[in-house]
Amino acid sequence: MNKIFEKGGKLYWLHSTIDAFETFLHVPGTVARKGAHIRDAVDLKRIMIIAVIAAAPAALFGMWNVGYQYSLATGISWNILQEFWYGFLKVLPLYLVSYIVGLAIEFASAQIRGEEVNEGYLVSGFFIPLIVPVDVPLWMLAVAVAFAVIFGKEVFGGTGMNIINPAILTRAFLFFSYPNHMSGENCWIAGASENLVDCYSGATPLALAANGMDALTNAHIQYTPDFWTMFWGGVPGSVGETSVIAILLGAFILIWTGVASWKIMLSSVAGAVVVGGIANLAGLSDVPFWYHLVMGGFAFGTVFMATDPVTSAQTEPGKWIYGFLVGAICIIIRLYNPGYAEGMMLAIFLGNIFAPLIDHIVVNLHIKAKNKKIATL
Amino acid sequence: MSKTIVLKKGLNIPISGVAEKRLSKTVTSEVIAIQPSDFKGFLPRLLVKEGDTVLAGSPVLSDKKNPDIIVASPLSGTVKEIVRGEKRKLLAVLIQTDTEQKSLDFGIRQPENLSAEEIKTALLESGLWPFLIQRPYGVVADPKACPKAIFISAICSAPNAADPEFAFETELSAIQTGINALNKLSEGGVHVSFEEKTFAGSPLSRLKGIHEHLFRGKYPVGNVGVQISHISPIRKGDVVWTISLQGCAAIGKLFSKGVCDLRRRVAVSGPMAIEPAYISTVPGTPMNCLKAFYSTNEENVRFVSGDVMSGKNVGKDGYLGFFDNTITLIKEGTEKELLGWIRPFRFNQYSADHTYFNWCLGWLTPKKKLDMDTNLHGGPRAFVMSDSYYAKHLPMDIYPLYLTKACLAGDIEKMEQFGIYEVLPEDLAICEYTDPSKNNIQDIIAKGIDLMLKEMA
Repeated sequence: MNKIFEKGGKLYWLHSTIDAFETFLHVPGTVARKGAHIRDAVDLKRIMIIAVIAAAPAALFGMWNVGYQYSLATGISWNILQEFWYGFLKVLPLYLVSYIVGLAIEFASAQIRGEEVNEGYLVSGFFIPLIVPVDVPLWMLAVAVAFAVIFGKEVFGGTGMNIINPAILTRAFLFFSYPNHMSGENCWIAGASENLVDCYSGATPLALAANGMDALTNAHIQYTPDFWTMFWGGVPGSVGETSVIAILLGAFILIWTGVASWKIMLSSVAGAVVVGGIANLAGLSDVPFWYHLVMGGFAFGTVFMATDPVTSAQTEPGKWIYGFLVGAICIIIRLYNPGYAEGMMLAIFLGNIFAPLIDHIVVNLHIKAKNKKIATL
Repeated sequence: MSKTIVLKKGLNIPISGVAEKRLSKTVTSEVIAIQPSDFKGFLPRLLVKEGDTVLAGSPVLSDKKNPDIIVASPLSGTVKEIVRGEKRKLLAVLIQTDTEQKSLDFGIRQPENLSAEEIKTALLESGLWPFLIQRPYGVVADPKACPKAIFISAICSAPNAADPEFAFETELSAIQTGINALNKLSEGGVHVSFEEKTFAGSPLSRLKGIHEHLFRGKYPVGNVGVQISHISPIRKGDVVWTISLQGCAAIGKLFSKGVCDLRRRVAVSGPMAIEPAYISTVPGTPMNCLKAFYSTNEENVRFVSGDVMSGKNVGKDGYLGFFDNTITLIKEGTEKELLGWIRPFRFNQYSADHTYFNWCLGWLTPKKKLDMDTNLHGGPRAFVMSDSYYAKHLPMDIYPLYLTKACLAGDIEKMEQFGIYEVLPEDLAICEYTDPSKNNIQDIIAKGIDLMLKEMA
């Protein structure tokens, strides 16, 4: 690297930034100085890019869906490319804000700590636009991202040290600070104030289902709120959360590459099925439990948010418990929260907070069991 | 026949340069080195001065804490130089070897007829005692301790490490005598672990007077620490000893021939080794005796005494370590790789995960070995992946990341809970290999062990 960026050089204050770009371009020629003389080809950049690639189908679908929902709401007949282009232009500013604000803070904190820039935000920054309503004002997003990155991550020491997933924290910050822009009927479809079709509704299927199955199936709305439409994703919602097919594709990539834990995904689904099933049997809710799996942010949260290796449970048994907890709490909130139909964000938030406790219990039980076993040998 | 212990976790890393099973030459260097840093927990006191003549088996160093423990010269000759480093720290004693080798005569004896004390004295006097490693902590064994048992691994699982069957082909009776002697030192007897697959045909299976254990698995199944954790895990307060097969053979030759003979077959292996094969040599042999195995551009070669996972980088002017019977020559990976992390394939590199499409190359050519180098393949980061990612290939009942973090924090109580007594740095080498955050886990564990030694002394 150029001498002026080295310690004592004039531009040393830029060294983390330069280093980040340099290592982005090249895998550096550093060698293992201590310990194992060969190292696996995988590094955090690779793991993070895999997470981004896995979320790409959901993002692309989300962009198209923004245009598709707009055309449904306004009655304009567009072809698929026009729909995509409209959505792309709507979502692009979200991405710009997310990355510019988040990465600026990330670079600055890396510089202050004198470390290399961690790649963690490449993923968080990619997920954040996918879990917010498309019409969220950009300044709000900027404030939320800044809050989440500084107070959710950097104050703890950066990526790897955080307790709560920064993307979830961004959304939680938005939700609690600006609830008018994050819920209700007016935020989910882009430009929903223009010439609208008859029977237009900006409500998501999840919001409709909060009033029971009748409200969902008999709603006079411009889209069909049946199971399969929600499964392929042609309904309003946060940008990337609607298509379960695209999310499943991402889940497959994450599981096959070993980047995310299938145990968390499976147990989260199990938790939702159990609580949703009990609610069905007990007559608490007439929304079938399988609807919950395809509605709202459940699928996206299960696959991409709950499986964050830093904030989820660390141990294998802990992952089963943690995932189950996330799925179960999500459905409990959906069933019992009168104010807001979605429960996934808070479920993951709670799961993140409980994860260290779950691990603590698992590890201590393991140590006790092991000591007992050794004593009998 | 004992039950086979099957280890499901483990990873065989396909690095090229396996030593061919033939003895390419016998190396007797003009100069050999005795290095106190080979022996953990050993505070060296110099017993010779420059110009002294020594025989094979003459004491060269003794331990300041326990003067009975000595390190002897492997060959006869004259003390050429005492190499010291910063603060006059003793780095090595160089010995100019004689062309005609002479050894101290320790007398031929039958270990079966000796008492434990007599055997201990014989091992201490001849400088073979440091072959016995004490766990926890992996220090030179304390002669006053009563070990629960003595463990030997007859499995080589580390990539390109010396194959015990070939390396000890001619030493079977010596190893048997050595085991007979060791049997007197511990009430728990001598436990030897074998690989299930090759056990039936192996000459080593004829060893008697041992508790045999069969293992099936991938690297690090050959690490004696991993084996102990499945045979009889070490608890707080336990003391066990481990010894290598080359140590056993040397002890055997002490009793059957009356000499201190450290000569052994050493595998010279690794991607940079030309026609990798075995040599016969003694510890302390300098790396420049291996000229035939590497081409002229030695600047680009890393000389590792030991296997590629946990061996020591000794440099081109370094020497073969006391315990090692493998030398690995590997390329220094100082080249930058354009956009390496985003490529679908990275040829000549291996990843245990499926994040690169290299897994389908592995399917197409399953036997292919790769010319790996020492590149880190990334920058150091905080730990991001969860404990189970690190535990995926570690066949031990511990939480490796919790243990590593406890060592980083210097929290003795947590280190004890998470199993610091059971591990040596080499046992977690596999976690270090797969770590995407590129942390030096073995170094962290070694520092943790040093802290334990200091605090628990």
